[in-house]
Amino acid sequence: MRATTPQQDFIRGVWDENPVLIQLLGLCPALAVTNTVLNSLAMSGATLFVLLGSSLFISTLKKVIPYEVRISTYILIIATFVTIVDMALHAQAPSVYRDIGNFIPLIVVNCMILGRQEAFASKRPVGRALLDALGTAAGFTIAMLMMGTFREVVGSGTLFQDTRWAFNVFGPNYEPWVVMISPPGGFFTLGFILLFLGWWETRKAQKREIRHWPHSVRVTSRKEAA
Amino acid sequence: MDKSIGDLFLILVSAMLVTNFTLFYFLGLCPFMGVSAKVETALRMGLANIFVMTITSLVASFLNQFVLPHAPYLQTISFIVVIASLVQIVEMTIKKFSPTLFRELGIFLPLITTNCAILGLAGWQTGLGYSYVDGLFYALGAGFGVTLALVLMASIREKMELSDVPAVARNMGLVLIIAGTLSLAFMGFSGLFTS
Repeated sequence: MRATTPQQDFIRGVWDENPVLIQLLGLCPALAVTNTVLNSLAMSGATLFVLLGSSLFISTLKKVIPYEVRISTYILIIATFVTIVDMALHAQAPSVYRDIGNFIPLIVVNCMILGRQEAFASKRPVGRALLDALGTAAGFTIAMLMMGTFREVVGSGTLFQDTRWAFNVFGPNYEPWVVMISPPGGFFTLGFILLFLGWWETRKAQKREIRHWPHSVRVTSRKEAA
Repeated sequence: MDKSIGDLFLILVSAMLVTNFTLFYFLGLCPFMGVSAKVETALRMGLANIFVMTITSLVASFLNQFVLPHAPYLQTISFIVVIASLVQIVEMTIKKFSPTLFRELGIFLPLITTNCAILGLAGWQTGLGYSYVDGLFYALGAGFGVTLALVLMASIREKMELSDVPAVARNMGLVLIIAGTLSLAFMGFSGLFTS
C-alpha cells in the first residue's frame, strides 16, 4: 500500500473519494432520510459514531482477528455499535427516532462502513484509522447536508424544521414542492447533483487541455502514430 | 393471526407496488444501480432476492417467537448474523444439489447478504408485528416489487444504450433521474387502497 500523510488520510474521504457523491456508497440513508436538515444531521451523527467506534476496535484488534472470518467479525462489531446508537437515539430523541428509526439498523449494511474497515482500518495504525473514519464521516455529512438542505428548502420552504431555529425561507406565500420531500425527490436531487459534478469535471478537463494545448496536441499525435 | 385472504393479498400488493422497497424506501440500491444494465441479469438478481427474502422472513419470524422476547437488544445483531450464515448455507446447498441453478444465480447470492433490503425486511416485519403467514406474503410482495423495479430499470437502460446521451450525463446521474421518474410513477399506486 502506498504511504500517505495523515492529512491525506483525512482529506481523501472528505472530497476526492467522497463516499456518497464519488463512490456512490451508502445511498440508502443518503436518499431515504434527507427530507429535513435535522434528520440528515441525526443520520450523519449516528454514522459518525458507528464508523469511529468500529474503526477504533477493528484497528486495535487487527492482529487478533483471523483472516478467514474477518468480514463476519467486522459486521458483528459494526452491528454492536449500531445497536448502541439505535437505543441511545430512541431514548434521547424520540421525535427524530420516529422519523428515521426504521433506517438506523440499516447502518449495519451500509457498504461505506464495511468498505473503510476492509480497505483501511484493518491494515493501518489506530490513529490513522480514526483520521480516515473522521474524514469519511465528514464527507458523508457534507453530502447528507447538501441533499437535506436542498430538499427541505425547496420541499417545505423552511430551514431547520422541528428545531428552535426553524424559519421560513421564502415567506408564508410559498407553495412547497411536495415532491422534493417524497421519495422521487431524493432520486432527483442526487441525480442533479451528480449531473452537475459530471459537467464540472468535463469543464475542468477541457480548460486544462486548452491551457496546455501544444503539449496535449503533441501527446495525442504521438499516441495516434504508435 | 386470523387474517383473511383479502388482508394477505393487501399486504402482498402494498409491499409490491405502494411501498416498493427500491423506489419508495430506497433499499437495495446497490444492485439496482449495479446489475440493472441487462434485463436478463436483472431478472436473475430479482429471483435470487425473492428466494432469500422468503427464507429470511421465515427465520425472522422464528427468531421473533423464540429468541428475541428474551433479549430484545440482540435484534439487529441476531438478524444480520443469521441472514449471513443462512445465505452461506443456502449457497452451499444449491451448489451441491443444483449446479445449474448455482451457475444461474452466480455471484448474486453472496452479494445479497449485504443488501439492505433483506435486513430491512426482517426488521420491519418485526416492527409491523407480522406473524409467519403475514411475513411470508410481505416477503413475497417485497421480492416481486424489487424484481419489478430492477426489470423496469434494466429495460429502460437497454433502450438508453441505443440513444444519443450527452457526454455529461453518461454517469450515474441520469440513472438516478430515471429512477426518480419511475418512483414518481409508483407514487400513483398510493391511491390504490385509501378508500
